[in-house]
Amino acid sequence: MASRRPGSWIAAAAAALVAAAVVLPLVGPVRVDLARAWAGVSPDHEILFHARLPRVLLALLAGGTLAAAGALFQALLRDALATPYTLGVSSGASLGAVLAMSLGWEQILGFPAVWAAAFVGAATVLALVVAIASEGRRMSSFTLLLAGVTINSICLALILLLQYLAGFAQSIAIVRWLMGGIEAVPYGVLAAVACAVLPAVAFMCWRAREWNLLAVGEEWAAARGVDTSRALLAGYLAGSFVTGSITALTGPIGFVGLIVPHALRLKVGADHRLLIPCSFLAGAPFLALCDTLARTVAAPTEIPVGVITAMLGGPFFIWLLRSRRRSLWL
Amino acid sequence: MYRLRGVGMSYNGTPVLHDVTLEFEAPLFAAVVGPNGAGKSTLLGIMAGLRPGYAGQCLYRDREVRRWPRRAFAREVSFVPQTVRIEFPFTAEQVVLMGRTPYAGGLFESPEDWEAVERAMQLTDTVAFRHRDFRSLSGGERQLVLLASALAQQPRVLLLDEPTAFLDLRHQIAIYGLLVELSRHGLLVIAATHDLNLAAAFAERIVALRGGRVVADAAPERVVDPAVIRQVFGVEARVAPGPRGRPWILYGE
Repeated sequence: MASRRPGSWIAAAAAALVAAAVVLPLVGPVRVDLARAWAGVSPDHEILFHARLPRVLLALLAGGTLAAAGALFQALLRDALATPYTLGVSSGASLGAVLAMSLGWEQILGFPAVWAAAFVGAATVLALVVAIASEGRRMSSFTLLLAGVTINSICLALILLLQYLAGFAQSIAIVRWLMGGIEAVPYGVLAAVACAVLPAVAFMCWRAREWNLLAVGEEWAAARGVDTSRALLAGYLAGSFVTGSITALTGPIGFVGLIVPHALRLKVGADHRLLIPCSFLAGAPFLALCDTLARTVAAPTEIPVGVITAMLGGPFFIWLLRSRRRSLWL
Repeated sequence: MYRLRGVGMSYNGTPVLHDVTLEFEAPLFAAVVGPNGAGKSTLLGIMAGLRPGYAGQCLYRDREVRRWPRRAFAREVSFVPQTVRIEFPFTAEQVVLMGRTPYAGGLFESPEDWEAVERAMQLTDTVAFRHRDFRSLSGGERQLVLLASALAQQPRVLLLDEPTAFLDLRHQIAIYGLLVELSRHGLLVIAATHDLNLAAAFAERIVALRGGRVVADAAPERVVDPAVIRQVFGVEARVAPGPRGRPWILYGE
């Protein structure tokens, strides 16, 4: 279970990421001529550089981030079924987005209203959960879980209410957003999100020793010199910040944060110093591949990418499980 | 090294430990005995720095336990819990490596870390299954791995909560034998147990708790006495000479 050569897993996942970034923009219902696209000839240039490439890049960033955050939350909550969404950040983001859509807001401070409102929603939930969970200045994974799950269900109820009150056209837009999806965004937005998210992911890798200890238990960690309350807070803030930032752009995309860390644990083991970077590097091409399928298999109709992640990831995971049945241990 | 004066503890207003005054000095192997709910785990938890809400004074090396910086304290005192439930596929070796956390500088292990892990695993005889999933190990093997993880901390004090509660005879004797060995090498070893015979056969000193109070604190020959056993455990017992001149307790009339 312990990999003898941790570097080889990182290298393999990184290679998959690079391959996805290079190959997937070339895939699509319309053939793109590379030379023409490079020379700026329309429409090849627009299709490749303004439609497909930014979309693939966002899918890579989102997939990697969600997978890494999933691995982190599973450790913090000692729950194999935890996802980046368990603690309510994404329903906070969704509530913000749905509010903006049902009120018909177009722009907030020059940003598209849905993104801005979703980000504010995620931040609000994050602050609320921390305030509730750290009652008495101590935080435990139990109080964190209770606070997160409670806020999550309150947000979901409010989303239902807003959706119920919304008009027909708005209602469809809301449902579509709640399914999650990757869109081509301007490079400036992409760069801004990457600058915000990547340092937080690096922090998640850097503190991986502490996640290892917390994944075993809080007393276990405390007896080995970890300030568990602070470590939990740091982990929750980092994981929620990246999840909220991504969800604001893509809506909630299920399954990536659950299945990628699990599949990797079977291969690279539970050490988060390896698991979190591998989750990022492998989650990225996984979601990019799913999104490419989402826009091509039934073109010109798009299939919600969350459907693809589940339909591709689920059977793959079952196959992985079966191939390891002799040792029964996940 | 440890000086406890009037230590008490309550959980939500229910007192579980009253006015405990004790001193421990290394090297020593002491057993804390008592029935379920006597306060053994709470006492060890306080001494391990895991229950900072205690009343009274609990000094380790002349410093209140709750005032010790955590990392520094973890290099002095290590704690072996009764069981650990792990959800994820950590290997035995990775579990032992976690004991090096209070010495960790960065993301990766130093040569000293590997040396300490190697020594701890050899001492506990766990080298053979170092790459196996912790969850696939038997109860006895797991307990040995937990002990190895505590030893990798290179502590002066080893606190153990029911280290052999679920183990077969061979593992019980192996672990207690190892604890005796460690105390001979200069460690202060304190183990909580409800197995009086095991305590009497291996420990040099027995502290008996009942209802959160210390009711006896002496060498095994003095504590293992029908009157004391009746008082602590509420059962009738006879005491006969056992192995190595230690007393052996026979339960029943």
